[in-house]
Amino acid sequence: MVSFNLLIAVALVYVAFLFIIAFAAERRAERGREGWLRSPMIYTLSLSIYCTAWTFYGAVGYAARSGLEYLTIYLGPSLVMIGWWWILRKLVRIGRSQRITSIADLISSRFGKSTPIGVLVTLVAVAAATPYLALQLQSVTLSFAVFAEGSGQVWGEQELASAALWVAIGLAVFTVIFGTRNLDANERHHGIVMAIAVEAVVKLCALVAVGVFVVWGLAGGVGRTLDLIDASPISDWTQPGGRWVGLTFLAAAAFLCLPRMFQVLVVENADERHMATASWAFPLYLMLMSLFVVPIAVVGLNLLPAGSNPDLFVLTVPLAEGRNGLAIFSFLGGFSSATSMVIVSTIALATMVSNHIVVPIWLSSRGTGAMVSGDVRGVVIMARRLSIMGVLFLGYLYYRLSGGGEALAAIGLISFTGAVQVLPAMLVGVFWRGATRWGAASGLVLGFAVWMWSLFLPSFGADAIIPHSVMANGPFGIEWLRPQAFFGIDGIDPVIHAVMWSLLLNTGALFLGSILTFPLPMERLQGAQFVNVFEHSPNARSWTQSSAHAEDLLITAQRILGAEEAQTLFQAEARSQGKAGFLPDVTPGFVEGLERELAGSVGAATAHAMLGQILQGASVSVEDLIKVADETAQIMEYSSQLEAKSAEQERTARALREANEKLTALSIQKDAFLGQISHELRTPMTSIRSFSEILREGGMPPTQQAKYAGIIHDEAVRLTRLLDDLLDLSVLESGQVTLNQQDGVLRDVIDRAVDAADNREGALKIDRRRSEEGVELSTDLDRLTQVFINLIANARKYCDAQQPTLRIKVGRHEGRRVVDLIDNGSGIPEDKQGVIFEKFSRLTDDRKAGGAGLGLAICREIMNRLEGDITYLPGQGGAAFRVTLPSVE
Amino acid sequence: MGRSPKPQTFLARASYRQRRLRDAAKVLPIVGGLLFMAPLLWPREAVAEGGNGTSHAILYLFGVWTALIVVAFVLARIIRPTEDDDIQQPPEQSPGSGPQAGGR
Repeated sequence: MVSFNLLIAVALVYVAFLFIIAFAAERRAERGREGWLRSPMIYTLSLSIYCTAWTFYGAVGYAARSGLEYLTIYLGPSLVMIGWWWILRKLVRIGRSQRITSIADLISSRFGKSTPIGVLVTLVAVAAATPYLALQLQSVTLSFAVFAEGSGQVWGEQELASAALWVAIGLAVFTVIFGTRNLDANERHHGIVMAIAVEAVVKLCALVAVGVFVVWGLAGGVGRTLDLIDASPISDWTQPGGRWVGLTFLAAAAFLCLPRMFQVLVVENADERHMATASWAFPLYLMLMSLFVVPIAVVGLNLLPAGSNPDLFVLTVPLAEGRNGLAIFSFLGGFSSATSMVIVSTIALATMVSNHIVVPIWLSSRGTGAMVSGDVRGVVIMARRLSIMGVLFLGYLYYRLSGGGEALAAIGLISFTGAVQVLPAMLVGVFWRGATRWGAASGLVLGFAVWMWSLFLPSFGADAIIPHSVMANGPFGIEWLRPQAFFGIDGIDPVIHAVMWSLLLNTGALFLGSILTFPLPMERLQGAQFVNVFEHSPNARSWTQSSAHAEDLLITAQRILGAEEAQTLFQAEARSQGKAGFLPDVTPGFVEGLERELAGSVGAATAHAMLGQILQGASVSVEDLIKVADETAQIMEYSSQLEAKSAEQERTARALREANEKLTALSIQKDAFLGQISHELRTPMTSIRSFSEILREGGMPPTQQAKYAGIIHDEAVRLTRLLDDLLDLSVLESGQVTLNQQDGVLRDVIDRAVDAADNREGALKIDRRRSEEGVELSTDLDRLTQVFINLIANARKYCDAQQPTLRIKVGRHEGRRVVDLIDNGSGIPEDKQGVIFEKFSRLTDDRKAGGAGLGLAICREIMNRLEGDITYLPGQGGAAFRVTLPSVE
Repeated sequence: MGRSPKPQTFLARASYRQRRLRDAAKVLPIVGGLLFMAPLLWPREAVAEGGNGTSHAILYLFGVWTALIVVAFVLARIIRPTEDDDIQQPPEQSPGSGPQAGGR
């Protein structure tokens, strides 16, 4: 007989081995050498946490009690895996494109990022998983007890309870160490996945080893084993059809809905193609796991004394035959099954509890300030650790309360039925756009209530929670609410009864609730994203920035926030990016801030939708915005990235880049100007010279003479004007200008400018609100007038609309008076907006316009001297200039 | 919101074959489910007399299971899951043309 101490030592060595494996895998992943850590085989093996201690020990007990019915628990998941093209592929794609972290996250995201739905799913999941966790503790404890009995001690309740407590503590330590190391947005845990893959191999080998020993060692070959089966108490094929079909369905549904299965299937999936391998490899794994179950059960029934617990045949058969090594191996298999399931299950549940319950509560108690600070990270990790311990403690508590006496399979089915209450919300949400959050919530609540009433509470035993009278006559004598005979329909198997009614009522409420209520815009958006995931999400996504959209964003923002606030917002952002003007780069952070601003006016969901529409072409899709905006994990990820990158460096680089662009453009412009200025100077000079030569020769009529003299005069005037401009500019730039301070009213200044702007025949219509223009000024009015003349003349010359119109608007911006001059032409292209105020810059080669490209440069110099400003205002539908007036003390 | 392009109606021979293989992959679990349910239709009386229903059921069920795994293995080998996007344009259409440009 194996000594109990040896067994403990073996178990501890095995645990240490798992620790080392997990550490090594984490180290590998950290160094970026993930290679085979993300292979399809590891993925398939990690799915094996479906096979828990319930499978390892309980299946044999199940077979000993009910024949082949245990197979349904494996047939269902096999069909789901083989049929991955139906559901799994879509779930995995959604999981990747929406960066889903848990099944609660999936459902809450689908229904408009609804926090209450997330809470609801989390509660259902925790309630359903608690008995299952208890079951794992129980099976490990029982297997210890078997060996303890072998070495002469018979464990009482006291020893069992303390063993269960130690197992729970050990599991909590392992899970906390490896399950909360990183806060990856993708929630991948390489160390744990690796440990689970190893455990998957161990448990398969252990069960197959026991099976081979039983079939060839004890029974004497396959034929003899089949004869034994035919001679055994389970030889008759009397399987009730309802249970066969119902349990296959239940297992298939649970395979998708159990939080731990969702974790390994969807969240930890590294590559969609892995599913193709798993689609045959995982059914193969399940088949091998269940192949030897009936032989072990039959031989156990033959070999061991009547009344021994069939749930432990996997251990007791080798022990009875004196095969100690095999027994220890088998013990490690069962230990692996239990621990891997508990670890993943606790991680999945803890992620849900911390993300959907703890952190939202913490954030709302902190107000909005918490969103930007970096300490959220620490809080989430702490919340997750506490949740892991809390979930394990709940499992332990259930184990103690339930007394740990029930057959393993019964607890498993109860837990499955609870978990599948999530199925309707998940499937309907993924395949039907019409499902609403009210429908999902009512379905979940009703299904959960029915499960509680008809299966969970009665599972504590007759009279434990639900009194016998209620079981027989219904609550308050209401017959049709009897827990195991709803609507008076007696005689259905309790599990099938609960599965059928809970899912029927759940789905019914979901459907009815959905067609009677109206979804929020956000829900409709998410619904479309989920249902049409293959059309919406390319596999790889990244932020592509396009500043062409900054102007569109500004237009939208102006519509919602008002021109004033929008421009201030954009200008501030551009300034913080180190850019001049109104158009910042469209960075994720900027979009996030903008969206929050917009949400204040139109609500978060609409803001999402509106920005999404604008940004979609730039592949910044709506889901990216949503993530940036309100996914705490994403915010944290982003802020830590920002810290690492050093924002300052980025700003400087951007400013340098912009300056460089400007310089390059300018040097090209300057070359063009030199050519042009010589042309400008030469043309009048040439005509002056040739006409004066003609005049010198004499001998022409006086009218001709007068005409030629006139031409010479006009050309001289043009030359003088050009030289005046150059002189003016150089005086302004060198700061030697003397300002002639005067008091006046803006209206008069604009009047004079309009009169002087050479607006012949009214070619340019000027739209003014003279009543707004009564602004007192105290500055050099002549210079200011010069600016307006220039701007109006520019509009006349360059506005290319059919009926050119110039709108002159007086307003206030950042506490200062501004005058906006907006025409209805095609405006100035964005790449030119940066250089128009530079000297010698002209947008067209159209010399007929007559300027040398100095007008706006002069305007800017004047405004600088006057301590005002002039800027180009994008997003107004035409060329628009904003003159910020000198402030009046 | 960008309009996603409609799935192609007519496909080249290779893409057509891929589509049908995918259909086969979708039908497989349904066939498997039906086959797994088939033993429920077996006559119970005969079993009661013969008394060896369970061993027959074991051979039948594990046989069907193995066959499903083999077929799934073959399908997983020949279906190219990387080309699984329903909106994937066949190569003869130039990239970025038509509605795709707005959809992505």
